[in-house]
Amino acid sequence: MPFNRPFHSVVLVKQVPDTHNLTGEVMTAEGTMNRNALPAIFNPEDLNALEMALSVKELVGGSVTVLTMGPLQAAEVLREALFRGADRVVLLSDRKFAGADTQATSYTLKCAIDKLDEFDLVFCGRQAIDGDTAQVGPQVAEKLGIPQITYAEAVIEVQDDEIVVRRAFELGTELVICRLPCLLTVVGSANRPRPASARRRIEYKMAATTNEYPKLLKKWPEFADEQTLGEYLTGRKLNIEVWSAADLNVDESGLGLGGSPTQVYKVNYVVLETIDSKEIQPTAEGISALISELVKEYIVG
Amino acid sequence: MTGERNIWVFIEQEEGHIADVSLELLAKGGEIARQLGSEVWAVLCGEQVNELAQRVIWHGADQVLLAEDPQMAVYRTLTYFRVITGLVKQYQPYIFLIGATPIGRDLAPRLASALKVGLTADCTDLQIGDYTSRKENKTYKDLLYQVRPAFGGNIIATIVNPKTRPQMATVREGVMRQNVPDPTRKGRIEKVKTAFEPEDFALRVLSREKREPKVRLKDAPVIVAAGAGVDSLEEFELVRELANALGGEVGASRAAVDAGYISKEHQIGQTGSTVRPRLYIAAGISGAIQHRAGMDQSSKIIAINTDPNAPIFQIAHYKIVGDVAEVLPLLIKSLREKAK
Repeated sequence: MPFNRPFHSVVLVKQVPDTHNLTGEVMTAEGTMNRNALPAIFNPEDLNALEMALSVKELVGGSVTVLTMGPLQAAEVLREALFRGADRVVLLSDRKFAGADTQATSYTLKCAIDKLDEFDLVFCGRQAIDGDTAQVGPQVAEKLGIPQITYAEAVIEVQDDEIVVRRAFELGTELVICRLPCLLTVVGSANRPRPASARRRIEYKMAATTNEYPKLLKKWPEFADEQTLGEYLTGRKLNIEVWSAADLNVDESGLGLGGSPTQVYKVNYVVLETIDSKEIQPTAEGISALISELVKEYIVG
Repeated sequence: MTGERNIWVFIEQEEGHIADVSLELLAKGGEIARQLGSEVWAVLCGEQVNELAQRVIWHGADQVLLAEDPQMAVYRTLTYFRVITGLVKQYQPYIFLIGATPIGRDLAPRLASALKVGLTADCTDLQIGDYTSRKENKTYKDLLYQVRPAFGGNIIATIVNPKTRPQMATVREGVMRQNVPDPTRKGRIEKVKTAFEPEDFALRVLSREKREPKVRLKDAPVIVAAGAGVDSLEEFELVRELANALGGEVGASRAAVDAGYISKEHQIGQTGSTVRPRLYIAAGISGAIQHRAGMDQSSKIIAINTDPNAPIFQIAHYKIVGDVAEVLPLLIKSLREKAK
């Protein structure tokens, strides 16, 4: 069935520490985490989600809005999203959001999505590599009162009010058809995210939140002050919107640490417990003796 | 607070087959229930699954809530969600445990969101204990300690849900042991009514393709696992040969999977399977924490590495400092001789 209308998508993304590439230096001698040693990156599966949203837009037209919640530095992933083709980006940043578990996070994101115009699809990565919980997507869907399609690998067909999606699991696939609007969590095997476009990189490199203006003023002394810079950027849609709790229609008791039912009772840094090991020589005799011992102890044989 | 403090376990079943993790949780649930003086209840949904209810009792359930409906023949988020949220609101369990499988990780967060309760993902251990909130200057008795690795396995976090009930957690497959089924065990089966709203059918499954797992790492008595130190196809063949000679399976660290020697199904560790075989041979595996998290409960560990300071040696029972290309053939040869 041919479609006859554009689709509006929201993509939820997160800036995360690159936990997949931890090196020894990340742990201090005391066994605590040296967070500064971790580079902050665009959560990998969120890039797959953005790619899927962009490809839907290329297919039927429409728009892609990218939302992230985080500290002000998270504006970096929003610029990355602009370089890749996002039409609009919004940073949710407020001390009141800090310390949120998935319940409080999904509530905040839900309230931000409510503030946007109508949408057809919400995309997010299956999970973020810093927590690996995979909970925020389904929880946003529940709070929005829309269906969820987890483990989405491909959008097979879009119709006026339905979408056909292939879901991928370790041990198989499932083809589903779902009424719109709905939320998709996207797996890493879905696609190869496009790199930042060189043209858009030039176009959007000045995109900034207001708190980044002082830094920009140093780079561009031709602007007299933050106000003239702000007017220039806003005129070119290069201002990254920042929404605080006051900008949302929220019950503040549901935000941040206070709005999080889960609490961290304790954190143990993993310390290796060394056991007494027997050194075996890498020689024919050494190995033969080892095998004999294992056979005698019924571990082998 | 309700007086019963029951532990609920979601029984994941597909085509009449119960997921291992659900049985593991029945055993763990039983342990916790004994501590709390309460019961284990199982939530079993599907079409014509009443025969499974008895098995669930043999494995440790005191009561089975049996929701049978043709609309629940195949797992779909919204139909299961509708029925289970209703049951939780009706009976108010103290703890609700769900396997951290693709289905469990789809269902649990949506349930927790609607019930407005805390949920901890991918736990590797559960215990009962007290929690004192310094902010409130108050001690909560007998909470569920939800233990999970975080930050790529570098830290182990213990999470609690002091105020919301049920305390919900998803739990990794393979980290807890099942009970031996006891056919003399008695339990109650309660058939529950199902009722749906039109919006529960917003999603329809058009087709499904399943394939059998090629490897059953979890059940293998012996695993020979390859890491970054195995850096050619020839060396990888040696790993396979040794695994065959031992009647075991081939495992791999993330490095070996990334290098393309073997499929992701064989990966052991934080983002792969959790195993505890009788014998684990780590060939050329340095022993990054993410890997150790998936194998450090093995009964005996043999580690082979050229670096005498490789962290894997700290948990190995047998330490062989040497090149896998030389050591593996010696192991294979020696085994064949002993087998004669």
